[in-house]
Amino acid sequence: MSLARLQGLDRSLPVWVASALALVLLMALPIGWIASLSVGGEAGPTFAHYRRVFADPALQKALWNTIVLAFWVGLASIALGAPLAWLTARTDVPGRGLIRGLVMASFVTPPFLGAFAWVMLAGPNAGVVNKLWRGLTGADEPLFNIFSMAGLVFVVTIYTFPYVYIMIANTLALIASDLEEAAAILGAGRLTVARTVTLPMAAPALLSGFILSVLQALALFGSPAILSLPAGFHTITTQIWTFFQFPPKTEMAAAFSMPLLLATALLLLVQKRLLGRRGYAAVGGKGGQRRTIPLGIWRWPALVAVLAVMACPIFLPYAVLAKAAVSRAWAQPLTWDNLTLANFSFTFFEYSATQAAIVNTLELGVMTACVGAGLVALLAYVTSRRLVVGHQLVAFLALAPIVIPGVVLAVGLFIAYTRPPLLLYGTLWILFIAYLTKEMPVGYAQSDATFRAIPADLEDAGRILGGGRLRVLRDITAPLARSGVIAAWCFIFIGVIRELSASIILFTPSTKVMSVVIFDLKEEGQFGAIAVLGIVMLVMTFATVALVQRVLGRDFLGARE
Amino acid sequence: MKILMTLVGLLVSIGVSTAVPARAQDARVEAAKKEGKVVWYTSLALPTAEKIAKLFEAAYPGVKVEVHRTGSQRILQRVMQEMQANLKLVDVIHTSDAGHFVLLKEKKLLMKYTPAGVDGFPAGFKDKDGYYFTLRATVNVIAYNTKLVPAAEAPKGWKDLLDPKWRGKLVTAHPGYSGVISTHVLALVQLYGWDYFKQLAQNKVMLVQSAVDPAGVVASGERQVAVDGGDYYYYQMKKKGNPIEVVYPKEGVPLVVSPTAIASFAPHPNAAKLFTDFTFTRELQQVMADSEGLYTGHPEVKYPAGKPKLSDLKLLTVDPEELEKRNEEIKSKFVEFFGA
Repeated sequence: MSLARLQGLDRSLPVWVASALALVLLMALPIGWIASLSVGGEAGPTFAHYRRVFADPALQKALWNTIVLAFWVGLASIALGAPLAWLTARTDVPGRGLIRGLVMASFVTPPFLGAFAWVMLAGPNAGVVNKLWRGLTGADEPLFNIFSMAGLVFVVTIYTFPYVYIMIANTLALIASDLEEAAAILGAGRLTVARTVTLPMAAPALLSGFILSVLQALALFGSPAILSLPAGFHTITTQIWTFFQFPPKTEMAAAFSMPLLLATALLLLVQKRLLGRRGYAAVGGKGGQRRTIPLGIWRWPALVAVLAVMACPIFLPYAVLAKAAVSRAWAQPLTWDNLTLANFSFTFFEYSATQAAIVNTLELGVMTACVGAGLVALLAYVTSRRLVVGHQLVAFLALAPIVIPGVVLAVGLFIAYTRPPLLLYGTLWILFIAYLTKEMPVGYAQSDATFRAIPADLEDAGRILGGGRLRVLRDITAPLARSGVIAAWCFIFIGVIRELSASIILFTPSTKVMSVVIFDLKEEGQFGAIAVLGIVMLVMTFATVALVQRVLGRDFLGARE
Repeated sequence: MKILMTLVGLLVSIGVSTAVPARAQDARVEAAKKEGKVVWYTSLALPTAEKIAKLFEAAYPGVKVEVHRTGSQRILQRVMQEMQANLKLVDVIHTSDAGHFVLLKEKKLLMKYTPAGVDGFPAGFKDKDGYYFTLRATVNVIAYNTKLVPAAEAPKGWKDLLDPKWRGKLVTAHPGYSGVISTHVLALVQLYGWDYFKQLAQNKVMLVQSAVDPAGVVASGERQVAVDGGDYYYYQMKKKGNPIEVVYPKEGVPLVVSPTAIASFAPHPNAAKLFTDFTFTRELQQVMADSEGLYTGHPEVKYPAGKPKLSDLKLLTVDPEELEKRNEEIKSKFVEFFGA
């Protein structure tokens, strides 16, 4: 091997290898533990746990409930996210910035907080919406019972659809209109253009959005725990969580989570097969014009419709949270008698867990986001540029944690880090590792999209002109990827702040985080305190978002004007 | 708040633990201060737990109480999980499932310690081996929303709840979370058999977790009637002006004794003892009876006029050993009938 080749290529190799190895360790350890536990028996490997799990009708039902939930959430997220994305990216609907802001707000709203708010809104009897409905119509039956599968799908969807929105909006914004115009000039009607040009271009984004939503719904813990348990049904995640109650049945939990892992692997494989053969570097080094579609008289009705839809994830829940925070009794009208600051004084001054939890949450958020954003940027770069042998495996491992419900990941970590050489349970580090692992897929997806959108030919040009890979990375790729990396930071930070399902297993008294405190309060029905803490959490989240937007000079969903 | 401070003043002036000689007490306080805090895993309703913590901190400045409030079953899970990881975090363990203490004692996780002032407690409130003592007691009751259910139509006994007219209008807490409820379920199973719960589940009962939560659900009107729950929290909610009325079924009310014990591995043993003694003083037991509506084993405690005396109620008791043995059965049968 010549010296020149060594200088040009191999100097950067250790970096890639090290980050890939770190990832393998991070992913493989908990997954390995779960796999080995699921077949572990006193007399050698056994499938007994699998047999027990899959022969149990109650668990079969939980499995089925999860499939139903995930499928409908995926479809509903497309139905909600795609039109919204199209409206803001391609039409002259008024208030596009506002709409994007609202979608972003629902993206960053912790789903369990939304679920909790919707209990107050659409509880069949005490829910504000249902009371209003009864008052208006004199009906006996509620308009909507949130404690049902439909209610669960609804609540999960309104906080999941932004995944679809982001995918579509960014893609639509990247597809230059000249392709569409070319088709139009060649005589295609609007529908034909949409069907033959825009849709195929957006298809990968649609499918990715669907898959991301499905995976999100599969792994979610808080919303089902709040909405399905009162109705008397389990999903996989809540079921797995109950396996850990004393006496713990860890091996059954492990067995019960393996199918999820396989299903997701399969889903990701399908996605790859469908999309893998085409290149989607829709942005070139050259600028493309994007034509705006005039809505005409439908401009304002469109906006009103959008705002009505966005009332579900934002306006209504936020209002009812605010009301609960200042009321003695949340279900009573907000009269002077009912008005109080007691919830605030209780939460901040009497409830001893609050302050430590806020500090822990912030510490973990910043730490995980900084390390995570760096790591996913490296990984995405490695895989999108195919720098190492087995880069497909690295990509798979980076995405794999999305299928591990946080609860299960937590158990894998619990087992791995409660024994030498790494005794991490009881410290913030175990939460840090859990969060890093868990937020990896979203961060990675964001970074991967960033690097895929930066055409390799720019880098190749740099290399041809004599730049080493690291120099090219620094001078060409990094500046182009900067905003994408900051967006990844943001995704991770917000994901950490609201993380519940892994925290609920891994916390110890000195390492409580806000979500755990809120969940504790929920189980006891302390609505006022939950509302106060929920508002604190939202303020923290939105402060971060505002900060990042200042830094970036645009909204962090990455949608471009 | 003002009342609270007055109370604190009173407690301090009375001299908190008269049973312990002053000099020994001083040494203990110093040792506790050196430890700085006591970590308390408790299933008491959060506001009640925090109130007791604040009272202690006011009486013994320099010793903090770290309150970790969750359901009894979660506390057990937490303690066992931490033991598995060899983490020694908790000082004082307090749950409403007396069976837990049978288990913990057997596993040698409890310290043998008799708090000052428990001599006069009735036998059912004390472990014969001296490891755990009942800090407070409550009874499971039926409660209904007075705005939605006229008194005449309210259920009078446990079996009234099986009437199909209550379909979709009931709420229950969960034995997989709450020790109050696991005790309740066992008591009624002993009385009526599992068939009672099988039938009750036919009425589409809403499931919540904590035995404290049904009070909130009924107060808000989300459900009209709670089929269980500790009477102390209903008492507090009613006192705050919520439209709640409590029914003490004549067939008997399940008595829930909630023991407390110090962990054998307590990282702050002196603070733990000081705190435990504090919680068994007549003054504090009286606070629990007065403002919180709890029952206690303390013979000198007076109860508010609005509450029936424990001696006037027909009590359904369960044996802690039995509760420990049937823990799995209680949880799994309940889930089988109610779905989650």
